[in-house]
Amino acid sequence: MSAPTTPAARADLDRVLIVAGAWALALVWLLPLAYAVWTAIHPAAFETRFAPLAPLTLENFVRAWNAAPFARYFVNTILLVTMVLTAQLILCSLAAFAFARFEFPGKNTLFALVLVQLMVMPDILLVRNYTTMGSLGLIDTILAIGLPYFASGFAIFLLRQTFKTVPRELDEAARVEGCSWLGLLWRVYVPLARPTILAFGLVSISHHWNNFIWPLIITSSVETRPLTVGLSIFATSDSGTEWSIITAATLITSGPLLIGFLLFQRQFVQSFMRAGIK
Amino acid sequence: MVRKDWLTALAFLAPALVLLFAFTHYPAIQTVIDSFWSTARGRRPAVFVGLANYERMLADPIFLRAMINNAIYGAITIPVSVALALAMALFVQGRILGRGFLRMAFFTPTVLPLIAVANIWLFFYLPGFGLFEQLRGLAGLSPRNWIGNPDTALYAVTAVTVWAQAGFFMIFYLAALQTIPPSLREAAAIEGCSRWTFFRRVTWPLIMPTTLFISVNATINAFRTVDHIFVMTQGGPNNASMLLLYYIYEQGFRFWDTSYASALTVVMVAILAIVGIGQFFLLDRKVHYR
Repeated sequence: MSAPTTPAARADLDRVLIVAGAWALALVWLLPLAYAVWTAIHPAAFETRFAPLAPLTLENFVRAWNAAPFARYFVNTILLVTMVLTAQLILCSLAAFAFARFEFPGKNTLFALVLVQLMVMPDILLVRNYTTMGSLGLIDTILAIGLPYFASGFAIFLLRQTFKTVPRELDEAARVEGCSWLGLLWRVYVPLARPTILAFGLVSISHHWNNFIWPLIITSSVETRPLTVGLSIFATSDSGTEWSIITAATLITSGPLLIGFLLFQRQFVQSFMRAGIK
Repeated sequence: MVRKDWLTALAFLAPALVLLFAFTHYPAIQTVIDSFWSTARGRRPAVFVGLANYERMLADPIFLRAMINNAIYGAITIPVSVALALAMALFVQGRILGRGFLRMAFFTPTVLPLIAVANIWLFFYLPGFGLFEQLRGLAGLSPRNWIGNPDTALYAVTAVTVWAQAGFFMIFYLAALQTIPPSLREAAAIEGCSRWTFFRRVTWPLIMPTTLFISVNATINAFRTVDHIFVMTQGGPNNASMLLLYYIYEQGFRFWDTSYASALTVVMVAILAIVGIGQFFLLDRKVHYR
């Protein structure tokens, strides 16, 4: 017979094993990041030598920042995510409102067509969308990076779900008061959908901050490239670049999202949860 | 009145639908058409070639390699991500030492750009140098080029995908676990039901819809998540880590063979459509446990 035979002892053992397992997994999960931070804040000589008293330095960050136009890339990325989110919220609120509150022929078919985008997203239709941007004369513009994502099937779906929960009596009251449909959407529906909007906003920002392939294809100059594309060019072009500088650049790129996430962790996780509940 | 509403609805829908059709439906259909034509090059216009692009595809060893790789990639990332996500959610759902820290550790990779963390992983895997290798060195194993070796390159990028997405899926499981009434657990405890039995008989069936939802997302990701390939392997060595979407990129934007890239895109869209239709039927039919 093994030692812990009483149920209480067994439960304790279970507990210890669970805690140990959770921590082991968490440490493995953080290891790549911890390693990147280590490399970035120490001189190159300590890249793979883990002396606890190794001198700290910010020089890698300075050198990385000066080695590529990261300031410009930051501006581009911020412009991009702001533009995409604003357009998504306006266009998708309007569409979601129509799906939630109007009856019209072909409504279900149109909604099914919206849902198609959850599976076949613009991320995959690269070749044809590139041609379209060419004929619109938009190649190598920030607008072109964002445009295919303005009408988000996911946003329309989420907002429609939320709008449907708004009691109809509110509409009627507002309509009797002489409020226009647009006024109703803006004054009643949008405020009530605030948690959903926040949730979608966080998902959208992190998605477009991190998006890579489409921006890589559609941009070709420093003035339009977002951070992700800038970083990939920086990391692959100069083969002579030191690792410590590349990891510093990597942390610079992910920094704002990472810091934002750490500060607003609870809201972030809850928002993602909310966005995920269907 | 009804007729007027109709027009209002149209006005509300129009901007979003125009863009949706312009960048999702139209390109999807046009891609199918393009795949039956040749690529226009210089003064030579595109000509109708029927199924030639598809015939070429079937005889293209790189395409076949990409499909096999994608199957392996999916076969690993989907179940492993789902299982790890569930384990993570079970770890942090209740009271546990350092819960906030654990949650953060699991979720952090999700908010980082994959292209950026790929750099970190690249360094991690560096032969005889990276941390992974140092650990192997401590264990007395010889250095190994994880990314440069055709036998391991695909698995090296697969591990990164699992790492990057498991924490995201954990969130959905956490949300699902919160909906399980505590009274069930109490009742089970009174009955003297073990943790494992409770999980197998109560938790697992109740979170089945979430598992399906996550599996579908993981399947889509298995075809869509290729950012790190750009930094880590570029599909190499010798196409050992070539995946379908990366191959589309390479054909379409490195070799500018847009009609072949269109044919490849059609395959991709077909796969995702099958996943979508499958999800529709699975979610509608199989999960009526209530």
